[in-house]
Amino acid sequence: MSASMETTGIQPGEITAFLTDSTLCIGCKACEVACKEWNELEQDGLTLSGFSYDNTMALGHSTWRHVKFVEGTPEPGLGGNAPQQLSWEFSSDVCKHCEVAGCLEACPTGALVRTEFGGVYLQPDICNGCAYCVVSCPFGVVQKNEEDGRAFKCTFCTDRQKDQLQPACAKACPTESIKFGRLDDLRAHARERLETLHARGMHDAQIYDPTDTSVKGIHSMFLIRGEPETYNLPPRPEVPTVYLKEGWRSAAIQGITLIAGVALSFLAARAKRNEVQA
Amino acid sequence: MEVLESADIRELKLDAIRREAKEKGIVEAPGIRPVGSPFPIASPQTGYYGHHLLKEPQWTELIPLYFFVGGATGSLGAIGALADLISEEKDVALTARWMALGGAALSGVLLIIDLGRPSRFLNMLRVFKPQSTMSMGSWVLSGFSASAGMASFADLLHQFFGPTVAGQILGALGRAGSALFAMPFHNYTGVLIGATAIPVWNSHVAQLPREFGMSGLQSATSLLELAGYESRTSLNLLGLLSSATETFEFARELAKPNPREEDAPLRKGASGALVTTSAVLSGPLPLGLRIAAMVAPKRHRRKLRIAAAIAGVLGSLCLRYGWVKAGAVSAQDWKLPLRRNG
Repeated sequence: MSASMETTGIQPGEITAFLTDSTLCIGCKACEVACKEWNELEQDGLTLSGFSYDNTMALGHSTWRHVKFVEGTPEPGLGGNAPQQLSWEFSSDVCKHCEVAGCLEACPTGALVRTEFGGVYLQPDICNGCAYCVVSCPFGVVQKNEEDGRAFKCTFCTDRQKDQLQPACAKACPTESIKFGRLDDLRAHARERLETLHARGMHDAQIYDPTDTSVKGIHSMFLIRGEPETYNLPPRPEVPTVYLKEGWRSAAIQGITLIAGVALSFLAARAKRNEVQA
Repeated sequence: MEVLESADIRELKLDAIRREAKEKGIVEAPGIRPVGSPFPIASPQTGYYGHHLLKEPQWTELIPLYFFVGGATGSLGAIGALADLISEEKDVALTARWMALGGAALSGVLLIIDLGRPSRFLNMLRVFKPQSTMSMGSWVLSGFSASAGMASFADLLHQFFGPTVAGQILGALGRAGSALFAMPFHNYTGVLIGATAIPVWNSHVAQLPREFGMSGLQSATSLLELAGYESRTSLNLLGLLSSATETFEFARELAKPNPREEDAPLRKGASGALVTTSAVLSGPLPLGLRIAAMVAPKRHRRKLRIAAAIAGVLGSLCLRYGWVKAGAVSAQDWKLPLRRNG
């Protein structure tokens, strides 16, 4: 049996993206397995969290795809002995590869870079484990591996993209819930899909792509049902560099206060001594 | 807890249904409800099962200590660069310069231990990145260390060879650099944690550099007093300035009529206790002791000043650990990053 090596035809310089469509996800976790397989990530526990069928609850240094199992409020069934109806949505989470990325801005070593495909890539040979990206990601994606000492996150399978192959998770997805392609194409596709879903009566479907915040949009968009909070997707993510201006202004004023305070204190002490001597 | 048999639970349910029917005239809840229900759900009101979105800071316990050392060191650098230029307190200035050099070295050691390997610190100096406060901090620490080294080397030259041209140039450069880099070095760590995704930190981004800076100045002053300069008026004035500012910040925090949700870790729990302790130890306590030292009979003055200095150092330490701990607590709050306004 020969492997299917369908190429994407996407050249470096073109911006790529994921569109993860929750309405097509069946919660099989093939994306998680494929990601670990291709990227040689360690297993992070085969235990269940107890919250539906979720294993890890969040993305982390060894979990770059994470399937969320969203159980809603049970509704009473209709008539007779009908059981309660449970809404059960699945959604495969991944690094958002932000247009303006908090981790990338915060990285002091240049380990985090923007790739030729517009993704955010962490170069493990440059990362020094300062863990500043960990607190700078508004989506809580990047994590430091305490044993290894460096931070890790989704690479967007940049290595595969260079060979015109789609990322491992997208390739393994059996329902095309995870779509990979050019950012503009997928944005258009997402809008079309949303119209279709709305037309079918799925009025709570929406696209998660926070373009109106300082993050200025993401390269891994999500099609979800209901509100983003349910999926732990922040409605208003902000890139932490927006706080810099206020912080440095305050720091500058304090810096001047330090110098002035030291100068005035020693000046005043001298004046007092001269007074005593005189 | 009493273990209920399945039969008991079913009897209890019948009781509940009867009660509901009697009180409301209708039974609204479905009859079948599995044991252990209601189960946790994911919804806009509960988030994703209440699991926190943000990652906690992954720094070792040495990082708040570094914040303390850096704050004190930067302020010592400013004192060392200026004190003997504007007054004749050469001894204080000389000690401050040596302590600043020691503090800069200790800062480097603490950061390297946190990173795990010495070579990892060098990665920080691959790029110069104004939008990364961590990058700026690395350059500021490097610039300050070089300046403090030059200033102290000039002091050594002076001690062994008397006034020399090389020594004077080196000394002037070292002091100018120390004073310049002291400004960001004594408080950049406030910007560092302020410009992050952690709600309790970024909601105090303007306050943090001010508080961290004043705390650094207080610890520098206190350390010099503990090093044997506890009778100097100049240092007491600096101590008064910093403790008065901290008292003002503390009073303002207490006077807040409606504390914001993100302020909770500063008021409650272990982090709240640390922050409150730090406020007392760096604000009203040393302020009172310093004022007392000015009016008390001469024989008590020394003791009061030493007590104020010890409080100041402990207060500054608690402040750093308190704020870092508050950040960890804040990151675990699933509600804050999911807010639509704020």
